[in-house]
Amino acid sequence: MIEARGLARTFRTRGRTTDAVRGVDLDVAAGELVGFLGPNGAGKTTTLRMLTTLLRPTAGTATVAGRDLAGDPLGVRRRIGYVGQTGGTRPEARVHEELEAIGRLYGRTKSDARARTVALADRLDLTDLLRRPVKALSGGQRRRLDIAMGLVHDPRLVFLDEPTAALDPRSRANVWQHIRALREQHGTTVFLTTHYLDEADALCDRVLVIDNGTIVATGAPAELKARVAGDLVAVGVEHRDLPRVAEIAARIPRSSEVATVERGVQFRVPRGDLAMPELLRALDVADIATTSLRVHQPTLDDVFLTLTGRTIRDAELSTEQEAPVGA
Amino acid sequence: MARETWLVFSRALMLSLRNPAWMIIGLMQPVLYLFFFGPLLEQMTEHTPGFPPGTSWQILTPALIAQLALFGAAFVGFGLLAELRLGVIERLQVTPVSRTALLLGRVLRDAVHLLTQSVLILILAFTVFDLRASFGAVVLTLTMVFLLGIALASCSYALALTLRSEEAFPAVLNTVLLPIMLLSGIMIPITRGLAPDWLYAISRWNPFTHVIDAERASFRSEFTTDALLTGWLVLLVLAGLGVLWGVRTFRRESA
Repeated sequence: MIEARGLARTFRTRGRTTDAVRGVDLDVAAGELVGFLGPNGAGKTTTLRMLTTLLRPTAGTATVAGRDLAGDPLGVRRRIGYVGQTGGTRPEARVHEELEAIGRLYGRTKSDARARTVALADRLDLTDLLRRPVKALSGGQRRRLDIAMGLVHDPRLVFLDEPTAALDPRSRANVWQHIRALREQHGTTVFLTTHYLDEADALCDRVLVIDNGTIVATGAPAELKARVAGDLVAVGVEHRDLPRVAEIAARIPRSSEVATVERGVQFRVPRGDLAMPELLRALDVADIATTSLRVHQPTLDDVFLTLTGRTIRDAELSTEQEAPVGA
Repeated sequence: MARETWLVFSRALMLSLRNPAWMIIGLMQPVLYLFFFGPLLEQMTEHTPGFPPGTSWQILTPALIAQLALFGAAFVGFGLLAELRLGVIERLQVTPVSRTALLLGRVLRDAVHLLTQSVLILILAFTVFDLRASFGAVVLTLTMVFLLGIALASCSYALALTLRSEEAFPAVLNTVLLPIMLLSGIMIPITRGLAPDWLYAISRWNPFTHVIDAERASFRSEFTTDALLTGWLVLLVLAGLGVLWGVRTFRRESA
């Protein structure tokens, strides 16, 4: 559905050039739900804007929904849906007007656009809101409208840019449901960007991790997490017991990265839950009292940390100042 | 293309009709000029040598309409910047609609907006004040206003899209518009009799001078003068270049 090779974009502002995206290769198959994960300023939105014909790449080629991006942008536009970060609805317009107007722009007749509006409203729980002005909608309702706006022409491929940014947890869960339904009930291919790790984890079949304008990892969330050397086990003990506990930890089969920290010992092991009974028995035999015990399963944040040496939050803090406009 | 332009136009017009307050606010300035400046000009026109022929209202009314265009249509880019911020423009750019239609639809809405305001000003000048002009003159002037609106609105959108800043846009615009306004003899016509030679010479380089001169000539029913022809030619070139600039900028914006 998407096939990009060496896609790159350079911005020039006041004599300085910024490489927002440096040669991205990506493939998305029909029916996939793919997440583009990375900190703000990593080049997610820039890549998305290139794939949706909003921004001309400075290098590289791409085929989107079967059409060549550079050669037939109009063909691409007809076949893709796009839901931007900032919706794109006018606050003073009414919900049904916005949906109908956009339907007309995709070539639908007046009655056809109206019928489509009713159908979409039903799908995205907007039926009771159709006559309201956009500015009267809540954040979650607004987001559902934005998604509906991207589906007016029934595209086989939909791009969503940060679909749940700035939403409360309940609205987020609701939007996730609708995104899942897109693929499960309508077979739509979905490509979304997010800087929320839990979102990528909960929603996507496959995640592309992007940092500093290049893709640093690709895989299913579980696969990516497996690349991090297993679960992290943290045992809290008295200071005097630290050396002995470290010894015990090292003897646990397949344990690694044993380290003594402030008030305990940490180590990695492929399955923390299976290592736990053995660890407790060994500690019991040695007559060592534990003050706490914790198994930490790796998150995509750990993946990002392993891949780039920083957490997403750190990456965001460092790129915030240099992020070019529109990136 | 025509269908798309019409869709963009009718949608834009409907949304601006929902907020007629802006049109009324835009009218305040020329109305105030008519009431508080027009009477002054009446005496000056009669007693100052060097003033062009015609009554003060024939001099002032076309100028006020041109001013309405300069300070109304030239600022429409502001609306575009707001829609850019809201993502409305992006939303439209990912549709298969032609970029030219996206521009022209808006520009036509602005021209219609300006035309309506001009008609209201003319009605006021005819009824309350002592403006006298033939029907032909009015039609000719309104056509010119329409073209002027198209030219200025196109340039305004092109400039807004180029600057992409809600701070820089009005700053640049004010810097450009004030000299254009002063040098076009909007309030007091810049004639050989009134202005020093150098000022007169500069004013001839200002396209808007010719547009206003043409409007004034038609109000005096001088339909065969050079002024009218020059004004029309200038206006057509201006509108052509403006639309070209606007379309190019709208196209450049995306792949």
